[in-house]
Amino acid sequence: MSERTLYDKVWNRHKVADLPNGQDQLFIGLHLIHEVTSPQPFSELRERGIEVPYPERNVATVDHIVPTRPEGRERPLADESAEGMLTALERNTAESDIQFYGLDSEKQGITHVVAPELGLTQPGMTVVCGDSHTATHGAFGAIAFGIGTSQVRDVLASQCVAADKQDVRRIEVDGRLREGVHSKDLILKIIAELGVDGGVGYVYEYGGEAVRDLSMEERLAVCNMSIEGGARAGYINPDETTYEFLRGREFAPDGEAFEERKAYWESVASDADAEYDDVVHLDATDLEPMVTWGTNPGQAIGISDPVPAPEHLPEGEREAARTAQAHTGVEPGESMAGYPIDVAFLGTCTNGRTSDFHEAAAVLEGREVHPDVRALAVPGSQTVKSKLEAEGVDDVFREAGFEWREAGCSMCLAMNDDSLEGDERCASSSNRNYVGRQGSKDGRTVLMSPAMVAAAAVEGEVADVRDLTGTGVDR
Amino acid sequence: MSDAAGDDGVGVEEMKVRRVAGTGVPVRGDDIDTDQIIPARFLKTTTWEGMDQYAFYDARRDENGELNDHPFNEYRGANVLVVNDNFGCGSSREHAPRALARWGVEAIVGESFAEIFADNCKSLGIPAATTDPETVEELQDFIEANPDAGIEVDVVDGTITYDGKTVDVDIDEAMRGALVQGIWDTVALLRSNMDAIDETAADLPYVDSRR
Repeated sequence: MSERTLYDKVWNRHKVADLPNGQDQLFIGLHLIHEVTSPQPFSELRERGIEVPYPERNVATVDHIVPTRPEGRERPLADESAEGMLTALERNTAESDIQFYGLDSEKQGITHVVAPELGLTQPGMTVVCGDSHTATHGAFGAIAFGIGTSQVRDVLASQCVAADKQDVRRIEVDGRLREGVHSKDLILKIIAELGVDGGVGYVYEYGGEAVRDLSMEERLAVCNMSIEGGARAGYINPDETTYEFLRGREFAPDGEAFEERKAYWESVASDADAEYDDVVHLDATDLEPMVTWGTNPGQAIGISDPVPAPEHLPEGEREAARTAQAHTGVEPGESMAGYPIDVAFLGTCTNGRTSDFHEAAAVLEGREVHPDVRALAVPGSQTVKSKLEAEGVDDVFREAGFEWREAGCSMCLAMNDDSLEGDERCASSSNRNYVGRQGSKDGRTVLMSPAMVAAAAVEGEVADVRDLTGTGVDR
Repeated sequence: MSDAAGDDGVGVEEMKVRRVAGTGVPVRGDDIDTDQIIPARFLKTTTWEGMDQYAFYDARRDENGELNDHPFNEYRGANVLVVNDNFGCGSSREHAPRALARWGVEAIVGESFAEIFADNCKSLGIPAATTDPETVEELQDFIEANPDAGIEVDVVDGTITYDGKTVDVDIDEAMRGALVQGIWDTVALLRSNMDAIDETAADLPYVDSRR
């Protein structure tokens, strides 16, 4: 078992008791709530007459079902079931005295974008949410993982979960990312190397030079997709990048209190002589922009690599590869460059932050979206949206031909009316390319970085962004 | 049928699951994600009603919306689901195992399960047992050849019995403990430690004491 890692330290600080079934009872420092996985738990608490013991450790917003067209956000929402879910969350949070950033709040957005930008997520915390992408918050050096609806009920009722401690795998990434290559490419590479189930039973600790160099927003994208590699949680040890990001945020301490808290944050980082259950080394130097060719996030290759022939894959992966390629309509042996697209989608809890839009805007500046492509820019939060608007970045998107939307999960999973139609092909900055994920069971999703989405939007096909921006040195 | 005994007298819902006996339904393929098990559009609800209709909703239909030959159409009445590797990966939606359960699934045997999915099964009292790929394939072949043959998952002993033989399966200790002791609704259990919860919280530098 691991020792002296951040995971061990934070776990021990939050452990309440040993449970009779062998699990640990873990105190939860931050519980994020949204409309999809919370109505049934609140109903159950009400039936049992249980009050939420730590309401201030719970924060709610609405993201999955919200319309992203400004006119669609008038109440009541046109979609009755969406309105019902929103109304339930308003009532539930009000009755339990829980902070709620609703559609009328300038802080509304995707839970995993909102909590980091408000400074709610901090190092050395335990963070849960009824959403698998809760792993995102590990970027701060927190233990953060997704939970099921019954566990949401447990947290509301006790501010605790029953949990099993996992093994810790250190993923050491040496070298530096080249220009035009982003943290999204890095995490897609990690998943492609270790497999979509490689992380089952593990928590991932990302480190090494390439990870240290990343900004907080880039780190959030890496940790976000831990779950796509099977790891329920992934984290990065806190450092000056983390502390400077937090300084001045609404829920971060200030002045002397900040320095005191920082001492705690520093104390939870993995020790230099920490012991891990497994260590994996990768080198970022030759990493290219990554794209998926199939129907899971591990079916990913560099932009100049050929789509693998199923017969050349390990035996256990062949059938799935054939099925995936039949769905996506790709040819083995060819690269993904040139794969036509109908939709470009920019946003989500993976890549819906300010810097993601900056990366895409740098590509779009002075260019136009291909006439056959409909392109959506959906900021991850209203805070991100207003910041970009203040900078005039929204104009870059509008002038290029992107629709500029309000914050929400949108076409990542199409629980609102942003959806693929028929067998449309989508260049997407989201996290899952599962069959049907973007709202049409015949739709095709190609995962990539925001810069690559912008390039695909302009070209009308998957393209190497470095060819557009002239950063493709040595090629 | 599931050998479950109910006792709801003490606040903790005690429902012991010691064995599940019935017939099997094989769903082949690795990495079957929760978007396959229940598409996101069916999550737009504030209750669990209707979940029985949604299990593998899209996968069970052809391009004209007619039911196809998916196992969930062909093996109605079965209660032991047999799957391959990394079943239930993706989203945390508890709607997935709930949809399976409402269709009739009472136990799942597979090569491996995604963690959140396995946790959700535990929350719902559905044993999720793992075994090696060869045994899974043999079991799937057996069910396809003998769809009406009896299969029994014994949670206490950690075995599965089919085709006149009994083989060992792995059931996570915490899951077995929860099922066999009947403590998978953890609310009262966790709340019984409220003093320890408050002490742990008070010791954290970022938590103010409880109001």
